[in-house]
Amino acid sequence: MRVNAMSSLLRIRAIVSKELRQLARDRMTFGMIVMIPLMQLMLFGYAINTDVRHVPAGLLDLSQSSYSRYLTAAAEASQAVDFTRVYHSLTEAEQAITQGEVKAVLYLPADMGRRLLSHADFPGNNGYAYPSQSPVQPVGQWLVDGSDTMVAASLRALRNLPFTEVAGQAYRQPVPHLALVEYFNPEQRSAVNIVPGMLAIILTMTMIMFTAAAIVREREHGNMEFLINTPIHTIELMLGKVVPYILVGLIQVVIILLIGHLVFLVPIRGGLITLFTAALLFISASLAIGLVISTLTRTQLQAMQMTVFILMPSILLSGFMFPYDAMPEPAQWIAEALPATHFMRLIRGIILRDASLTGQTADMLWLLMFTLIGLVFASRRFKKRLD
Amino acid sequence: MSALAIETHQMTRIFGHGKEATTAVDHLDLAVPAGTIYGFLGPNGCGKSTSIRMLTGLLQPSEGDISVLGHKLPRDAEALRPQIGYMTQKFSLYDNLSVAENLDFVGEIYGFAGRRRKARTEELMRLYDLGHHRRQMAGSLSGGQKQRLSLAAATLHEPSLLFLDEPTSAVDPENRREFWEHLFDLSSNGTTILVSTHYMDEAERCHALAILEKGVKRADGPPQTLMQDMGATVIEVSGDDLRQLKQTLVQQDGILSAAQLGTRLRVLVRDQIREPQQWMRQFTGGRPLETVRPSLEDVFVVATGGRHAG
Ligand SMILES: Nc1ncnc2c1ncn2[C@@H]1O[C@H](COP(=O)(O)OP(=O)(O)O)[C@@H](O)[C@H]1O
Ligand SMILES: [Mg+2]
Repeated sequence: MRVNAMSSLLRIRAIVSKELRQLARDRMTFGMIVMIPLMQLMLFGYAINTDVRHVPAGLLDLSQSSYSRYLTAAAEASQAVDFTRVYHSLTEAEQAITQGEVKAVLYLPADMGRRLLSHADFPGNNGYAYPSQSPVQPVGQWLVDGSDTMVAASLRALRNLPFTEVAGQAYRQPVPHLALVEYFNPEQRSAVNIVPGMLAIILTMTMIMFTAAAIVREREHGNMEFLINTPIHTIELMLGKVVPYILVGLIQVVIILLIGHLVFLVPIRGGLITLFTAALLFISASLAIGLVISTLTRTQLQAMQMTVFILMPSILLSGFMFPYDAMPEPAQWIAEALPATHFMRLIRGIILRDASLTGQTADMLWLLMFTLIGLVFASRRFKKRLD
Repeated sequence: MSALAIETHQMTRIFGHGKEATTAVDHLDLAVPAGTIYGFLGPNGCGKSTSIRMLTGLLQPSEGDISVLGHKLPRDAEALRPQIGYMTQKFSLYDNLSVAENLDFVGEIYGFAGRRRKARTEELMRLYDLGHHRRQMAGSLSGGQKQRLSLAAATLHEPSLLFLDEPTSAVDPENRREFWEHLFDLSSNGTTILVSTHYMDEAERCHALAILEKGVKRADGPPQTLMQDMGATVIEVSGDDLRQLKQTLVQQDGILSAAQLGTRLRVLVRDQIREPQQWMRQFTGGRPLETVRPSLEDVFVVATGGRHAG
């Protein structure tokens, strides 16, 4: 028994070190491991983070005060918007957005000055809020055409217009004094949300593709015919094939998080151990899917096609592109059957909200289940035969 | 273990279904005694690889019984694996691993640990003259070196039964001779060897062989016996206008085949013809005739009914 376990470990180690050697020598694949997360994150991250400038906007200034003039000037000075139209009523402004005349309207109500003064931390008040005005109301509103996410995302930043200029003195940041009312697209995204999402998508793509290809390639090159004639057990082969890619996956996680943190300033609120535990679970689940695909396909091309078959719903249904809750129920069922959906929830929670794993046991169990079912299914299906 | 290393009864393999179905191996009966070198001789597509794959448990037979080293296949394939070695037709080691790394890998897979593995791989590299190439990537080796590496890998665990699928097809004649020396060494150490080939001279070196055509066994036995009991006489004709003569000869029912070999015409005359030389003269006129010893190629031509005549 002991001898068996020993030689079993020896065989798994043999596959692992062979795989790592080959990986290190395969420039193309090795490059992909680093370049896929790097390029994709930079491309998508920047595309979405692109500073949107000179968005045609309208002004609905019912206040006509010095405050409102300062605020308008500050907004224009940011270069994010150009006030091309002036409106005189809310209905007029809403219609303009609906018809696409402007992308956004800055609405400053008639009582703007009073609302501003009601904020306890407005520098002009010295910490004292006028008691008559509670609860605290937003000073004004940005009415935004949410159907264009890029525009909406960039205007989000204008919520924090520098009120220093309004008050003419030092002022504690950040206090959003303008509320954002988004039309048409209630859940807006930004790099902060994109980066964790990209983590799930990139891992889905590379992990599934690499494992599936790693096994199918051996079949295509004829190595498998020799290998399955040896005493190696199916499960040893599977584990040996998977372990190197766990490492690869973790490297990709580090790359993505580093870029996300350093370039896109994504805060990483959760603990790193929590984060990597979740990543490890997701990597395992994706690798298990890769193994299953490898037992269903004969060529690397087929494996690639199957990967895309999983990848597309992972992008569209996992909550990366569209909010999960807004999807019709059948789409939600499909989403539940994708590891990416569960990881998307986990990772956004961990990175953005510092959620602990104990609060997300269900998603973790799902990922664990995917891994086990995938491993068992693949081991069962994989036959040490050629027919 | 029984005295037979391999025994099959009506072993058959059909690929595909319905109209597309091809019978790659057709009701093959084999009896390979332990300790011999047994050959599969036949042209491409005759079912050599398919047969070997069934005998190694890699393919399931559509029909028939297979017993290898006392194990019933495909049921007991796993129990058989440690006892057999298999050198595939296509190079199946890793192109982007070095010679030493490939052997090391195979050693680990067969459960050779530490110093024992080191000793065995060194021994093999010495035996098969691979020491100078230990750090070279297997993909960049020559045909002969690849073949020796494959043999080393297939014999690393000292199997008692070795399957070699067209081991010399990518190798020059010099290397082929050396390769066979290695096989004889293995055989004299008690290894049973089953080797497939489409080279006549190689088949002649086997202790016994089966001639396959379209999945059917046309003849089997030791090469000498096959040649003696061929059922035809070999007569070589020299002289001129041999091409013309060949056209005439192949029309005759009594003649199985006529093939030109340089300045001579090699003619197979059926045994039904009495006094074949005498009979031949009516076509050859005054050209010199000589009855010669049959070769395995002649056996092959006879066994396949002249369909593969050059
Ligand atoms: N996996 C397969 N699927 C379908 N047909 C096959 C397969 N393998 C072999 N064949 C067919 O079976 C016949 C015998 O092939 P094979 O055993 O490879 O011949 P050989 O090794 O003697 O060249 C050929 O007609 C070949 O096309
Ligand atoms: Mg073949």
